[in-house]
Amino acid sequence: MAFFQMKKMILAWTFRKPVTTSYPFEPRKICPGSRGRLDVKISDCIFCTLCDKRCPTQALDVDKANKKWRIDRLRCISCGYCVEVCPKKCLTLTGDHGIPTVTKEMETF
Amino acid sequence: MGHRTIIPFGPQHPVLPEPIHIDLVVEDEKVVEAVPSIGFIHRGLERLVEKKDFVEFVYIAERICGICSFIHGQTYCQGVEEIMKIEVPTRAKYLRTIWGELSRIHSHLLWAGLMADGFGFESLFMHSWRVREQVLDIIEATTGGRVIFGSCKVGGARRDISPEQMTWMLKQLEVVEKEMRLIVDVFMNDDSVKHRLCGVGVISKADAISLGAVGPTLRGSGVADDMRLLKYAAFGELDFAPISRTDGDSYSRCAVRCDELFQSLDIIRQAAAKMPTGEIAVKVTGNPSGEFFSRVEQPRGEVVYYIKGNGTKNLTRFRARTPTFANVPALVKMLAGCELADVPVLVLTIDPCISCTER
Repeated sequence: MAFFQMKKMILAWTFRKPVTTSYPFEPRKICPGSRGRLDVKISDCIFCTLCDKRCPTQALDVDKANKKWRIDRLRCISCGYCVEVCPKKCLTLTGDHGIPTVTKEMETF
Repeated sequence: MGHRTIIPFGPQHPVLPEPIHIDLVVEDEKVVEAVPSIGFIHRGLERLVEKKDFVEFVYIAERICGICSFIHGQTYCQGVEEIMKIEVPTRAKYLRTIWGELSRIHSHLLWAGLMADGFGFESLFMHSWRVREQVLDIIEATTGGRVIFGSCKVGGARRDISPEQMTWMLKQLEVVEKEMRLIVDVFMNDDSVKHRLCGVGVISKADAISLGAVGPTLRGSGVADDMRLLKYAAFGELDFAPISRTDGDSYSRCAVRCDELFQSLDIIRQAAAKMPTGEIAVKVTGNPSGEFFSRVEQPRGEVVYYIKGNGTKNLTRFRARTPTFANVPALVKMLAGCELADVPVLVLTIDPCISCTER
């Protein structure tokens, strides 16, 4: 008979700190290499529109004529396809996920 | 004969965050018949495939399921590669194997938690998910995503695991293994857990085969069938034998999953030791023309993808048959004759993923 097989584990964890963090007071640990928010180094961008064409969610809108690079943060799924196709390598995915937004506005660069 | 009543189970039910509806015909406390209905979250992927480029569709295939996401992407890629006759680099095959097995570990631990929650063992649920979190950290460090890996593409893999990362990963997995042993010990040996699982929802070997059950549901009934025997990815070069149990009850299915946790760890270690160096992807040119059935073992069982292309960049036909869909007939068979209080436990023993099923 093995009742309460978990007693050792439960007793051990009674005296340990909780594994959960008190977010948002304690910020989330950022893992290096994590696919988070898309960042653009706009000075290097040549507005070739390749990222716009390849984006699977149509989150990007690149205007070649007016030299505008726009992103809809709510549509972006951080897949990294644009980063792979960018010929100038001016796109990067940062580890953090950015701040929450309340409006559906396109961010313009 | 007692009075018959129909009790609806779902589409909103505390044990299952996903919508499946089952009409339970009960006589007193006994279920005499179960009538399932699905289709609450149909997403129309088969139509979407006609609009998306076949390379882009990997992202959608990965999002069919939030748990076995990587294996969905892998199944799709393997299918397209087979049609286009692309030879994937060996390193990419090993990487796929490692990530596939990591996803199996995290899926089985997720299931273990849900199962513990289903039979009312809250602390076991919390501890299973605590361990799962460590696996998710490994996945995030190696692929960049916690649940949606996004590391598989047609022609190979998007990311590589560096030797330092590999050493770190294997070290972390040792910690995970120790923790998993404690959790599995509770599932396998605790009397209160056994009381809920042993002899409940028995599916005989003949029934499991005739009803087309797959994965741990089939292997729990004594059929050692596993799609990894097809030797896709790197499984041809690794030592692997399917795990099966003969009793066919909930405890057997649970035992199969618990043993698979350690088997997956073993496969990862073997793959890490044998992994060759070299390229991780090849360049893909042209468009797929032809058709193929791609079969891969997911944590829940066999997934079948039918892919058909006509030489353009959009596929003409795509169909996914997910393991939960195949396991629903077995579930209906299990439910007939069970106690009403056992219904949530039985629904969980097939490890249902309704979002997968609906597509």
